[in-house]
Amino acid sequence: MITLENINRSFGSKQVLHDLSFDIGDGRMTGFVGSNGSGKTTTMRILLGVLAADSGHITVDGAPITPSHRSAIGYMPEERGLYPKMPIIDQLIYLARFHGLTRQAAKKRGLELLDQLDLKGEPTDTLESVSLGNQQKVQIAAALIHNPQALVLDEPFSGLDPAAVERTLDVLTSFAASGAPVLFSSHQLDLVERLVDDIVIINDGHLVAAGTTEELRRQRSLPEWTLQTDSDLGWVRGMPDVSVVELDGSWARFTAPSSDTAEAVLRHALTVSSVTSFGPHEVALNRLFQEVTQA
Amino acid sequence: MSTTDTNTAASARSHRAGFTTAIGLVIEREIMVRLKSKAFMVSTILSIVILGVLVGVSGALPSLFSSTDEVAVTSAGAKAVDGIEGIETVSVDDADEAKALVTSEKVDAAVVESKDSPTGVAVLSLRSAPESLIGALSLTPEVELLDPDAPDPTLTYLIGLGLGLVFFMAAMTFGNTIASSVVEEKQSRIVEILLASTSARVLMFGKVIACTILAFAQIGLTAVAVLTGAAISGNDLVLGSVAEPIAWFVPLFIIGFVMVAALYAAAASLVSRTEDLPSTSMPIMMLIFLPYMGVIIFSSNETVMAVLSYIPFSAAVAVPMRVFLGTIAWWEPLVSLLILIVTTLLALLLATRIFERSILQSGPKLSWGQALRRQRG
Repeated sequence: MITLENINRSFGSKQVLHDLSFDIGDGRMTGFVGSNGSGKTTTMRILLGVLAADSGHITVDGAPITPSHRSAIGYMPEERGLYPKMPIIDQLIYLARFHGLTRQAAKKRGLELLDQLDLKGEPTDTLESVSLGNQQKVQIAAALIHNPQALVLDEPFSGLDPAAVERTLDVLTSFAASGAPVLFSSHQLDLVERLVDDIVIINDGHLVAAGTTEELRRQRSLPEWTLQTDSDLGWVRGMPDVSVVELDGSWARFTAPSSDTAEAVLRHALTVSSVTSFGPHEVALNRLFQEVTQA
Repeated sequence: MSTTDTNTAASARSHRAGFTTAIGLVIEREIMVRLKSKAFMVSTILSIVILGVLVGVSGALPSLFSSTDEVAVTSAGAKAVDGIEGIETVSVDDADEAKALVTSEKVDAAVVESKDSPTGVAVLSLRSAPESLIGALSLTPEVELLDPDAPDPTLTYLIGLGLGLVFFMAAMTFGNTIASSVVEEKQSRIVEILLASTSARVLMFGKVIACTILAFAQIGLTAVAVLTGAAISGNDLVLGSVAEPIAWFVPLFIIGFVMVAALYAAAASLVSRTEDLPSTSMPIMMLIFLPYMGVIIFSSNETVMAVLSYIPFSAAVAVPMRVFLGTIAWWEPLVSLLILIVTTLLALLLATRIFERSILQSGPKLSWGQALRRQRG
């Protein structure tokens, strides 16, 4: 597990991270969410040691992070970049050798990865000669080339077509499933919602929420339920402790502090009409995110 | 962090490469990229071949430029020009016939009798008379050479020009090479991945060393070509009198080049796009260009040359020139070398400081001052 504790960082007089703390669990996909300029990229750079924190600690399984820990992280920066005029396989080998791999081991691993990611083009082609989508794949391969033991990916899905997103997802989930911690940021909240085990939300450099998506839903708002019957539901407004969020004739969405209260609504509904459907309403991450960042 | 190794090659577990290994990797890539570049190889080979051939044929140069002049002579004129080399005489009967031949440009000049002239003859020519003819017919005062071995000022000038050109061209060419290599990594943003794998210092030192090796190899090969050409043409001037100046040029050049390359790397780290590069590299270009011009313009002014031999940016050219002229005390090149070494170390410190602070910065270019005041990454 990688733990960030009270990380602070300023650029000049502007403080961009305020006492930021969160965990990246082993074998878990952790989504890192925040609006533009909220400090995600700075946090990732500090995690990688590309930037230094002004104060705070990063630990790996309880011990302070070392350069060799950092070297074992696969990193994909937000601003993509590899050498445009260098053959694809050559740059993978070059990057891998900084991590102590031999040329032969790096080449073998690189060819395997390009194959897994289904690169369209020859490994000996220059980067600029393949399509943008394929360049993205090479970028992902560059993050994985040295057999990392953790992954930190800044917006890994931006610029990928749906098929490439799926393929990348496969690689990432199988990586996390092997027990490694994976942190990635994304603006595509639907994707994050589908993928992640844990979520970290920051706003203006402050941590606003961290935990599993379930925990977050419970933390941030009263649970919601929806009810569909065959008659008007105006009476729901009169139920004790219940507040109606949305009402449309025979359909209602309401909050209730506990499931007992919600069931009381259901029981009443059954006495006045027949119920077509009743159940908890999952708050979409999108709304949760807006709620959390605007709070 | 998980201890489970996820992927196939468990033996290839990563660990961060050491400082020297990492620098070695950077050097290897920089050199390989240049060697694989057709433009670099072609220009290198061409310049080496051209220089070698130039020196090779330079022994034959005087005969290429001299030509035989046709001169019309009357009987009195024929006596006067007797024994002068490089002219061919055409006998004419009188001065009028000679004049007609000159006017119709059938001959280059004519030598005819003249009672007014102290030499007894006059030279007729349309616009300008052949120098050799005038020289041979003129009265020359007695000449006594007090120091026949004194350095030829033309040769001094040529050596200054040559060494200056070598230093200037190498500094400009490879300075720009290193700068574009830095900007390429900044512009393509690969620098962030590299910084996650190694340090900014490794990147900068690797590039500086690689460029120095390339520059020196290129100049070394050129020198071999020039010496070979000289040996073939029997041009002992190149071989003999400039051996000692060149022995000083080599160390001064290498160290001075490292200084220039480091400054170029720093200048390039300040910008994010190639278009902005000239504005930050301009000061360095001036630092190379002005002393270079000084050495050429003041090559015969001992005081200025003495000052220039202590200025790090001109030492590589000024010191060898003064060694050639023999106007330098034995300890002076050593002091000059020492000053250069200290300046280079300071330049490396400065460049590292700037490079580390600005290499991650994207967007508008930074000024040198802004970069120095910035907090380290």
